[in-house]
Amino acid sequence: MNKIFIIIRREFMMRIKKKSFIILTILMPFIFAALIFVPLWLSSIKSGDQKTVAVVDATGRYADCFKDSESWHFSVEKADSPEFYKDDSGIEAVVIIAADPVKNPTAASICAPKPVSGELLAYVNAMIGDRVKREKLEAYNVPQLENIIRDVEASFSVRQVLRTADGTDAASDTNVAMAAGFVLTFLIYLFVMTYGGMIMQSVIEEKTNRIVELMVSSVKPFQLMMGKIIGVALVGLFQMLVWAVMLVGIIFVCSQVFGSSPEAATPAMMADGASAAMAAGSESAVILSALSHLPFGQIAVMFLCCFVGGYLLYASFFAAVGASINSQEDSSQFIMPVVLIMVFSLYAAMYSIEDTNSPLAFWASMFPLTSPIVMMVRIPFGVPLWQELLSAALLLGTSLLFIWLSGKIYRVGILMYGKKPSIREMLKWVRYK
Amino acid sequence: MSDYFLSVKDVVKRFDGHTALDGVSLDVPRGRVFGLLGPNGAGKTTLIRIINRITAPDSGRVVFDGHDFTADDVCRIGYLPEERGLYRKMKVGEQAVYLATLKGLSRREAERRLKGWFERLDITSWWNRKLEELSKGMQQKVQFVITAVHEPPLLILDEPFSGFDPVNAELLKREILALRDKGTTVIFSTHNMASVEEICDDIALINHAQVVLSGHVTDVKKRFRTGEIEVVATGGVLTSQPELFDITDTIVGEDQTTYKLRKKDLDASNSRLIAALADQVEIRSVAERLPSMQEIFLRVTAEAKQTSHNS
Repeated sequence: MNKIFIIIRREFMMRIKKKSFIILTILMPFIFAALIFVPLWLSSIKSGDQKTVAVVDATGRYADCFKDSESWHFSVEKADSPEFYKDDSGIEAVVIIAADPVKNPTAASICAPKPVSGELLAYVNAMIGDRVKREKLEAYNVPQLENIIRDVEASFSVRQVLRTADGTDAASDTNVAMAAGFVLTFLIYLFVMTYGGMIMQSVIEEKTNRIVELMVSSVKPFQLMMGKIIGVALVGLFQMLVWAVMLVGIIFVCSQVFGSSPEAATPAMMADGASAAMAAGSESAVILSALSHLPFGQIAVMFLCCFVGGYLLYASFFAAVGASINSQEDSSQFIMPVVLIMVFSLYAAMYSIEDTNSPLAFWASMFPLTSPIVMMVRIPFGVPLWQELLSAALLLGTSLLFIWLSGKIYRVGILMYGKKPSIREMLKWVRYK
Repeated sequence: MSDYFLSVKDVVKRFDGHTALDGVSLDVPRGRVFGLLGPNGAGKTTLIRIINRITAPDSGRVVFDGHDFTADDVCRIGYLPEERGLYRKMKVGEQAVYLATLKGLSRREAERRLKGWFERLDITSWWNRKLEELSKGMQQKVQFVITAVHEPPLLILDEPFSGFDPVNAELLKREILALRDKGTTVIFSTHNMASVEEICDDIALINHAQVVLSGHVTDVKKRFRTGEIEVVATGGVLTSQPELFDITDTIVGEDQTTYKLRKKDLDASNSRLIAALADQVEIRSVAERLPSMQEIFLRVTAEAKQTSHNS
């Protein structure tokens, strides 16, 4: 037993002392933030100067509804001219209103040598559309029209409430549940793939280094394999812990610097109760209240189950593969099916989110190879207890079976050099004494 | 205390398709260097793995220092595998300590002893260097230190001299013999017959999964002697004496002649022979030529091939 700890210690220390690990762990939250915010920021940058759009209005009544915006300047012209379409005309597009759009819905058109941007099209559409709607309404001579319109345009949205039989209400938000499910699922997926791959690489390294012969003269191969698997798992958990701490820190700093913006407050709510909800705006209060009503206990327990089970299952598989092959290049034949299963799980998870009680969602969250990923998207929506228990039992049972099988294959595989074994040979190793 | 540090009794190991060890029995005397010889694929590696508890035998048992082999005994073995290797990216000192703790030493004790070894071999400056920065020969030295640092009563060295330059090979030989003199039992597996004659006290030759020859080196040599005698003489001419010896070769030099004789009767006294020779020629030297281990090795393996062809 003591030897397993020595191995775990080395596997853990070696990895967290690596420069690449330290740098990646520190930078990752920033990279993630950059991945989210840079595209947002880029799309918010307007393309420099205002562009001119010519308006040719045959009716003479619509020219004034075009208001200049940051990107567009509308200039009213008397008539359409071929000059407008030359490259050096400085005119982006020409809006032609040939007849009254109130009477003829297809009377307005926008002409340009190149397809116009969606933004311009929507802008022009909205402005003419608003005017047309108003003209039509005015034609009915309704009294107090202005007030009626203002009243009608007031925003409206359906509020979702989770009401139990005993009458307690809770705000719920499908989007919050979806987001929570996705984040959890993605974490598991990412963790299993990167750290599972790490295990395989490390086993191959020990094998090609030939240090393994020396190692197994001191410890049992099974101890070596488990020490590695557990050590790497701890590295992953440690990394997540660092990220969680950094996330809380970043949010704290942000909220201090920028005042409590609702977006920043949301994740912080996971840790901090509903007290902050009052302070935030009404929309974020709903999100926060929905978040605080997610089944946290259930999520935490199931996340741990899925996480540990899924990781053990795939990590032991990767360890067995790493032990059986002689170089990284040989791995693709074995890795391909795993990647396919993982990608399938991710897709199944995405479809399951539409209806978390569909047959696909149910079966995929029971089948041990897909359940760690699919189950997690279902949990925030609430899953019957028996399903959770069955899924967890199946997953943990299967991962123990995989560890046992992998241990057998690993034991023989790490001492086999030469040609790449077939699956049949590997299964034969399981029966070796 | 038994005279044998390690006894292997009727060990059988089968892999599908072939038998790697077929009823192998060995006795390794305490405090001696025991040579485990055999051609490639004879089953040496399998036997070494069984002694290291890396694999288990299908049947048979191993007696270690007077008791049945247990899992804890691996801490009392130092193993230098034929395929050397350490963690390339790890610092030398760090990984030496790691491997020593896996053999049951505490971290502090491992560090203390390793520092001692490093000083003695004058390689202290390597402690904080990564293994990959060392040359092949340096790595071999480190590996040997790691094998011996926990002062195991049994050392198993598989082809220890391969990859060593003559200077370091000599150093290694001295270390091995010094450890033996301190009471360590050494199992020494090799193809290099010259090194066997230099440092082995006893040998066992494995061929086709069986022990075909074993015993004390001088006894083995005696058993295989052919009765060949080399006589260097001046003056007179030697002629065959059919009841005593035949002359198989005569090399005439400038002022001496070398005769190669074969005794008729292996057990016949050499003194009588010399007396017979002295009647005919002036003797400069007489020496019985014992076969080298190389010759014995070749002869035994060739015989085995012969019998397996015939059967």
